Amino acid sequence: MSYYFAIIGTQDNPLFEYEFGTSKQGGDGQSRFTDQARHLNQFVLHSSLDIVEEIQWTSNQLYLKAIDKFFNNYISCFITGGNVKLLLLHQPLNPAGAAGGTTRNSTSIGANPTSPQTEEAIKNFFTEVYENYVKAIMSPFYKANMEIKSPVFRARVAAAGRKYL
Amino acid sequence: MGASGKTGSKEPGLRYPANGKTIFHRPLNRSKTSELSQASFAYLFSEMVSYAQKRVTGIQDLEKRLNLQGHPIGLKLLDLLLIREPVRSQARPLNIIALLHFIKGNLWTHLFGRQADRLEKSSNPETPDEYMIIDNEPLVNAYVSVPKEMSQLNCAAFVAGIVEGVCDGAAFPARVTAHTVGGKEEGEMWPGKTVFLVKFQPEVLEREALIGDRKS
Repeated sequence: MSYYFAIIGTQDNPLFEYEFGTSKQGGDGQSRFTDQARHLNQFVLHSSLDIVEEIQWTSNQLYLKAIDKFFNNYISCFITGGNVKLLLLHQPLNPAGAAGGTTRNSTSIGANPTSPQTEEAIKNFFTEVYENYVKAIMSPFYKANMEIKSPVFRARVAAAGRKYL
Repeated sequence: MGASGKTGSKEPGLRYPANGKTIFHRPLNRSKTSELSQASFAYLFSEMVSYAQKRVTGIQDLEKRLNLQGHPIGLKLLDLLLIREPVRSQARPLNIIALLHFIKGNLWTHLFGRQADRLEKSSNPETPDEYMIIDNEPLVNAYVSVPKEMSQLNCAAFVAGIVEGVCDGAAFPARVTAHTVGGKEEGEMWPGKTVFLVKFQPEVLEREALIGDRKS
């Protein structure tokens, strides 16, 4: 189960990107994207921005759940108060609906991207990243839509990813 | 960000504080000891006003400078106030009224310890996009005395900048200006009464109309 996480600013510019894999159930935390898939991930993620901008006016919640699906990739979104989008693309390893999947994987977050447990886990991940994001923008030297370069921030996102996903 | 090859050592050029605590370790929720004295703020603010005054020649430019200084503060306060609210009631403002209530209540309480005094919609049919937030005694003007030749100046342009930052951040682009309406005659209760005029851009009104149609 691989994840590609990006923070997109108000001008549709990426502020932060991070790729990782699941650490639960024996996963080693490395993503399993092929090289070709890596290029595609960015396109898919940015193309879902249109949908986010439409949905954001219908719901006043910060966490919009899975909003888009592209073949095997599911995209979930969390929108901050300042209209900055935290987007997560997740790709289960087994194709969804494989009949011969082992029963051990059937309830894992990896195999089932739209289950309530997955949504809960992703929501926790987003909340933790949101807190760290607010701390990062509080710096008086941070201007709007600046890239977030801090290695401490990157480490914190990685830790949140390991903890929840 | 090319530090992935290094084994655990700190990057060159990046300094960490002596006790290892970065800003990410500080808590976001307000603690009792984090209040600031009004005197220190007044001192800083008077410096800000004279800094701006040295560099400009007119009142409009001075107000514009103060406005620009307040704008990024507004952007950051939007997210900070949202995250400090309890999780159940965390909601982004979706329409103009919700946004203005957020500003009048949460923002004003955070900045000045009390809510803004009144919130009004312009009754002029030619300008339906103007709203007014009224404050009887803006805190920032408490220690500012304006000379007679600059009587049009209102240093609450700084607070107007903060409000403009909040509106822009929430995707409701607006122009916010501060106007003094307190009269000079005797018996006037609030001589420093200030009106913050919030003028939204036309696309905001268009969007409001579209959302309103979709809901009904």
